[in-house]
Amino acid sequence: MKRRQFIRAAGAAGATSLLAGCASIGGQARPQVVVIGGGYGGATAARYVRLWSENSIDVTLIEPNASFISCPLSNLVLGGAKQIGELTMSINALAGKHGVRIIRDTVTGINAGQRTLALAGGQTLRYDRLIVSPGVDFMWDQLPGMLKPSVQDSILHAWKAGAQTVALRAQLESMPDGGVFAMTIPPAPYRCPPGPYERASQVAFYFSRHKPKSKVLILDANDDVVSKGPLFKKIWKERYSGIIDYRPAFRTTDVDAGARTAISELGDKVGADVLNVIPPQRAGSIAVQAGLANANARWCAVDFLTFESTQAKNIHVLGDAIAVAPLMPKSAHMANQHAKVCAAAVIDLLNGRAPYAQPMLTNTCYSYVSDHDVIHVASVHAYSAEKKTLLVVPGSGGVSAAASAVEGEYAMNWARNIWADTLG
Amino acid sequence: MKLFAITLLAAASTSAAEPQLIPQAARLAATCAACHGTAGHTQGSTLPALAGQSQQALSASLHAFKAGKRESTIMTQIAKGYTDEQIELLAAYFAAQKKEAK
Repeated sequence: MKRRQFIRAAGAAGATSLLAGCASIGGQARPQVVVIGGGYGGATAARYVRLWSENSIDVTLIEPNASFISCPLSNLVLGGAKQIGELTMSINALAGKHGVRIIRDTVTGINAGQRTLALAGGQTLRYDRLIVSPGVDFMWDQLPGMLKPSVQDSILHAWKAGAQTVALRAQLESMPDGGVFAMTIPPAPYRCPPGPYERASQVAFYFSRHKPKSKVLILDANDDVVSKGPLFKKIWKERYSGIIDYRPAFRTTDVDAGARTAISELGDKVGADVLNVIPPQRAGSIAVQAGLANANARWCAVDFLTFESTQAKNIHVLGDAIAVAPLMPKSAHMANQHAKVCAAAVIDLLNGRAPYAQPMLTNTCYSYVSDHDVIHVASVHAYSAEKKTLLVVPGSGGVSAAASAVEGEYAMNWARNIWADTLG
Repeated sequence: MKLFAITLLAAASTSAAEPQLIPQAARLAATCAACHGTAGHTQGSTLPALAGQSQQALSASLHAFKAGKRESTIMTQIAKGYTDEQIELLAAYFAAQKKEAK
C-alpha cells in the first residue's frame, strides 16, 4: 500500500510539473503546505490538499493534542446521552492513509516574510503556503474574576470539548436536586451560535429526568436567542416549562468565583450552584500573535475566494478564527467547508492557476433538545464576484418545522460522515 | 493518475480555456460530504450512498427536492441553493463514483 502510494505520488508530481511548468517552488522539489491546528478546519484542509493534489503536495500538520475531540455532540455528555470517549478520535489516519506528516507540537511564531514558523520544540519549518486553523481562544481579560487559572478549573466553560466537558457533567451530577445551573452567553459572534441553547436544553433534559426541582438559568448577553430562537423557545415552553428561565440582555462583565456569581455590566448579581461561564472569544492566540486578527483585533479577515489572509500573503486562515461573511456561523460544518475551498485554492495557486471563481459552501447545525429529538438550521452560500464575499443563495436554507427523532438520526449520521470526511 | 487523465480530458474539451486541476463537479460535491460522505461514500446505514447511483435517479431526486415535491426535513432547503446546471454536474459526479462495500 505504501509502495503504491509512493509511486502514485511520484507520478502525480511528475504530471503536475509537466502540465504546470516548473513545480519547484522556493528551491524545493515539492510544494510544502503547513497546517496549524487539527480540528474540523485544519484536519479537513490537510486531507483535501493531499486528496485533490493526488499527493503531489507535501502537507505537515501541527497539532498539540493527541486526539481529536468533537465539540458537536459534546452537549450530549452534559445531558447524559453520550460519553466523551464516543466523541474522541485519533487523527493518525491523516498520516497513515493520506501521507500527512503530523507533528505534535505548538507553533510559537510565524515569520510571514521568510515563510517560516517556529515550534515550541525548537524546530523551524518552511512553507510555500500556510493554513492557520487555530479555532478560538477566550478573552479572559473581559472577566477579571476569571483571570486566575485556579478559578478557571472550578468555574468551567466547557466550550472546548474534553476535560472541561467531563468536569461540568460531574458538577451537574453532584449538584443537589433543587439547585440552580446558570450559564452565561457572550455577545455574538462566538463559536457555535445555537450551542448554548442546545446546552440549556440538555441540562434541562437531565434535570427533568433526575433532578426535577432544579432550574436552568440562561444569562444571555444578546437581546434574544441567537440561533433557531422561535424553535428553542417553543420547545422550552412545551418540554421544560418551569425548568428553563431565559434572561436576555444580561451582559456578564465579571465573575465572583468564590460565590459562584455572575455580575452584569449593570451590576446585577446572579448566584448559582453550578455556574458555567462561556467567555467572549477571539481567533486562536497564534493568529492574534502573528498579526492576522485584523478585524477588531479579534478575528482574521480573509479573501473568500481563497481564504488567504488580507493581512499576510501565502497565509490562509479558516474555521472559527475568521471574520465571517454575512449569515455565516462559526460552526464545525462551516470550518470543514472553508477547508475545502481553501485546499482547492492552495492547489490552484501552487500550480500557478487562478483560484476557482465560484466557490460554494453549505452549513448544517443540528441541535439536540432531548436525548434523541433534534432541530436544524441550514444554509447554502455562494461567492458573489460583485460583493467579493460569500452570500446565502436566495431561497435556500431554513430551520426545522419541529423537533423530531428522524432529525436525531440525521444528526448522528452527520457526525459520522463529517468525522470521516475530516479525519479520513 | 486520475488527476492527469481528467486534466487532459478537460484540456481536450475546452481547447481555449485553461484546464482545471480539480474538476468543478468535485468541488461542488465536496459541499455534500458532511452528511453524505467524501465523494458520496456515505458512512453508516441512515442514508443510502450517493456514489454509484444512477445519474438519472440522482438528478430526479435533487430536482424533486428543489421543487418541494419530495418530502424532506432539510434537503429541499439545501437543494434550493443549487442551479439546475449544478444539479446535473452533481448527479453525473456521484454516478461516476465507484460503489464501496459498506
